[in-house]
Amino acid sequence: MNRSFRHNLYELFSSMRFAISLLTILAIASAIGTVLKQGEAYNAYLNQFGPFWFGIFERLGLYAVYHAGWFLTILAFLVISTSLCILRQAPQMLHEMRTYREHAKESSLRQFAHRAELATALSVEQAGGRIEAHLRQQGYQTRRNARAGALLIAAKAGSWNRLGYILAHSAIVTICIGGLLDGDLPLNLHLWLGNKQIARGTQSLDRLPPASRLPVDHWSYRGNIFVPEGKRADFATVNIGDGFLIQELPFDLILKKFHVDYYSTGAPKRFASDVVLVDKKTGISTARTIEVNKPFTYQGITLYQASFEDGGSVLRLKAHSLSPGSGEVLDLTGAVGDAIRLTRRDAPLTLELTNLRPINVENIGSPRTDTGNLLEKHLGSGAKSDRDLHNVGPSILFKLRDNAGQAREFNSYMLPIEQEGRRFFLAGVRDAQADDFRYMRIPADREGTMTTWFELRTLLTDPAARAQIARRFTAAALKGDAVSETLRSKLSDTTEHTLGLYADGGYEGLDKFIRTTLPAAEQQKAAEVFVKVLQGAAWEALQLSREQRQLAPWPMDGISAAFINDSLNAISDSFHYGAPVFIEMTGFDLVQASVIQATRSPGQYIVYLGCALLIAGVCFMLYVRERRFFALVKEDGSVLLAMSTNRKTLDFEETFVRHRDQLQQLLTLPESDHGTHSG
Amino acid sequence: MELIQANPPLLRRLAPLDWAAALLLALGAAYAFRSYGGYMDGYEKAFLVLAVPTFSWLAWQWSALRNLMGLIALLSLAGISLYQGDLARAEQVFWLKYFLSSQTAIGWMCALFFMATGAFWLGLLARSDFAERTGSALTWTAVLMGFTGMMVRWYESYLIGTDVGHIPVSNLYEVFVLFSLITALLYLHYERRYGTRRLGAFVLLVISAAVGFLLWYTFSRDAQGIQPLVPALQSYWMKIHVPANFIGYGSFALAAMVGVAWLLQSRGILATRLPAPVVLEDVMYKSIAVGFAFFTIATILGALWAAEAWGTYWQWDPKETWALIVWLNYAAWLHMRLTKGLRGAVLAWWSVSGLVVTSFAFLGVNMFLSGLHSYGSL
Repeated sequence: MNRSFRHNLYELFSSMRFAISLLTILAIASAIGTVLKQGEAYNAYLNQFGPFWFGIFERLGLYAVYHAGWFLTILAFLVISTSLCILRQAPQMLHEMRTYREHAKESSLRQFAHRAELATALSVEQAGGRIEAHLRQQGYQTRRNARAGALLIAAKAGSWNRLGYILAHSAIVTICIGGLLDGDLPLNLHLWLGNKQIARGTQSLDRLPPASRLPVDHWSYRGNIFVPEGKRADFATVNIGDGFLIQELPFDLILKKFHVDYYSTGAPKRFASDVVLVDKKTGISTARTIEVNKPFTYQGITLYQASFEDGGSVLRLKAHSLSPGSGEVLDLTGAVGDAIRLTRRDAPLTLELTNLRPINVENIGSPRTDTGNLLEKHLGSGAKSDRDLHNVGPSILFKLRDNAGQAREFNSYMLPIEQEGRRFFLAGVRDAQADDFRYMRIPADREGTMTTWFELRTLLTDPAARAQIARRFTAAALKGDAVSETLRSKLSDTTEHTLGLYADGGYEGLDKFIRTTLPAAEQQKAAEVFVKVLQGAAWEALQLSREQRQLAPWPMDGISAAFINDSLNAISDSFHYGAPVFIEMTGFDLVQASVIQATRSPGQYIVYLGCALLIAGVCFMLYVRERRFFALVKEDGSVLLAMSTNRKTLDFEETFVRHRDQLQQLLTLPESDHGTHSG
Repeated sequence: MELIQANPPLLRRLAPLDWAAALLLALGAAYAFRSYGGYMDGYEKAFLVLAVPTFSWLAWQWSALRNLMGLIALLSLAGISLYQGDLARAEQVFWLKYFLSSQTAIGWMCALFFMATGAFWLGLLARSDFAERTGSALTWTAVLMGFTGMMVRWYESYLIGTDVGHIPVSNLYEVFVLFSLITALLYLHYERRYGTRRLGAFVLLVISAAVGFLLWYTFSRDAQGIQPLVPALQSYWMKIHVPANFIGYGSFALAAMVGVAWLLQSRGILATRLPAPVVLEDVMYKSIAVGFAFFTIATILGALWAAEAWGTYWQWDPKETWALIVWLNYAAWLHMRLTKGLRGAVLAWWSVSGLVVTSFAFLGVNMFLSGLHSYGSL
């Protein structure tokens, strides 16, 4: 590298053009990372972009832009450019801060844009004294320079403006260095040297090789500690790309209790973990509560409340068989995360308990009917809300997987939820993760349980029971009427046939039958008759089930009618439920797990120092106005005023005019008046 | 001697009303301390103590602001006392329902800002000094009603429940009110500083746009309800991070509108009515300088808060990244002006396009990108 090339490079890197280009490039590069969601699972990117672009984007580092080599290179250039700017400017700036330029020549003062000539009858010494005193009172520092037949008062104020430049620019360098120390550079160095190996998949964490473990004294990291209530953990998981590493911690973290508090609206108010840290070296225990916004720092490691999960709650379940006429119920117990084999004659199934949500806050308010005056509605306090948030109780999320490995996902609420004035158990199902749940609404009976609905369903899907129901219905319908036995048996057969069609495919089965066998003109009327028959028969089935259980019959009222209607809808839907069993949760023992983030960032304080420098620098640069004022007093009674600044704004003009006018007045005052104002 | 005395130290310039303002502020703080000190943490106590000299200083610098603060206090206290601790009275008491309850007061603010915009434009186009003075007066009144609404809203939030109560700067609805108020106050400051009301027409346009959004957000999304704070927002940092940020956003918006005025001026549109280009450039620079300083402070406060809430001071969350982009944009602007000494069309255009970047950081991130910072999603 020859000298002129090096010089040119230095010139380029320290130039303003280069700095502004860098700022712009950095802004654009940063924007890329916000458009593309960072740090997602690689599968998600693969689905989104397809295999071709996925590969290209991966190579460009677009899934972790801010850790990509090219991005760090831009940052490095910013640091270099800023450092060179400081190196280049600082000596001159420091000199400018100190100097008064008291050797300025008269000819150069006459070049100033802001200058004025005054006349005084005072002696050079007196005039100079007054000018100096005035300027000092106005916050200037002054220096005299006596020259042949004249005296120059050189004054300066706001020199810190120059210091601001140095502070603000060193701040950028400081912040970048601090950030670099906390970044993943040390880790990447390890990976690059081949010392460490990223773990993937779901291998058991205890059996990970040392190559996938980071030592306790690792420089900087950010990982998650997963710990269920009553358990302990001594490592954090650090996610890297689509894999992870284990970060060893110098303590055991025991979770005593995890708390979630709620507002009266049901929104979460507080997440907190009661933890005990046991130091591995000394064995000393420290008990603390870690909350959101209230982290706890232990030996340079800061622990944050990051999130929470289920820690293996024990669920008490009932598996109701949905096979026609079966009504079989199996009691089960399992923990969240377990997979339970359901032994069934026809097709074995695996029940995978995915998650328990002890609290579900839903907006169940119906839109206000009294819309009234739109403006009126928006007057008054900000406390009004159309939203009616309520906790609708616990729910479980589970999968049922068949022998072929195919699974559907289910979401069931434990308690009935009020809708349109009636109460329903909501049971959702979806075929794929991306779909919304489709909900079956099982009506709660008068006791608030699902029992009656299941009884009803079992009877209606059982051929033998259907015959009995048809007979009962016929008897009730024709009670007191003198009709022939043929008609009686015909009605009974029709009823049984209707129930059979319904039991085969719900309302859809009936609809299909009507469409295929009846002429179009009669379809509408026939459908009405079928529904009437169905409702009547279901009513008989309900009373039959009551008798079988030796319970009092239900009265014939609106509640019963609505229940029959809702039950028939739900039974019809249950044929599309997509599972041969219905899982009901009857109770649970909640075990929560807390996810605590462990961070070690030794560069943090360097960054904070940089921030302080930046604030000071920006304030000095923008709000301390550098001004230089010169007054050349000559023996002939003329006074040359000149003023300059490095930042010309409109108020500079005003300041100069003010100084000029004030000095003019001062210099024309008789000798005796002087002193009254100089304090 | 009068001229020489024109610039005496601050303390000697104070009028009795200035001292009264400081005294009232101190008494108010003392009362708050005595009654509610038990509910405050150390930082909140520090804010309360520091608020006294800060607001006294502001009142001393700007007597109109001092009067505004007095009126805000008066109206807010009137509203609070009318409530008598019962939210339902917002619907029953005439003065609450039609003037002082938060939604109504903010509604008045919206209407007054629209009227002020109309008055400023009338003044600009018809060269009517009277219309422009009306515009100023309407803007002041809008600010008064807006701040009263915010204060009363703060109180209302505590009436919902003591655990729900919080300063109203926690969601998009509340910060839009804050944005309108801060931008208006900044405008009024420059109006006084430069002795011209001609920029009102332009600055009030951007405020009207914000108010328009606010109304749409209220009427079609019902966003005006007071919601309790999610755990991540329960921090004393919110009280300083958010207002500092909005002084930044407000200043940048104001600078952009002055940029528009400069560009019109340079094309001969409204040229004789608008202030001279040097004045426009000066306002633009001052505004961006103020905005940049506050935005720097706000971003740093945000980083400190993030370190406490999310476990790291910087994690390239979309909101953080866009804050950086805004910062880089205005850093480049200031370099161009201060170091290269650039003036004129480039800086004006840059300042106008800066508003696009700023709006994206403020709104666009919430609308189009997801991240940790999505408290005000649309």
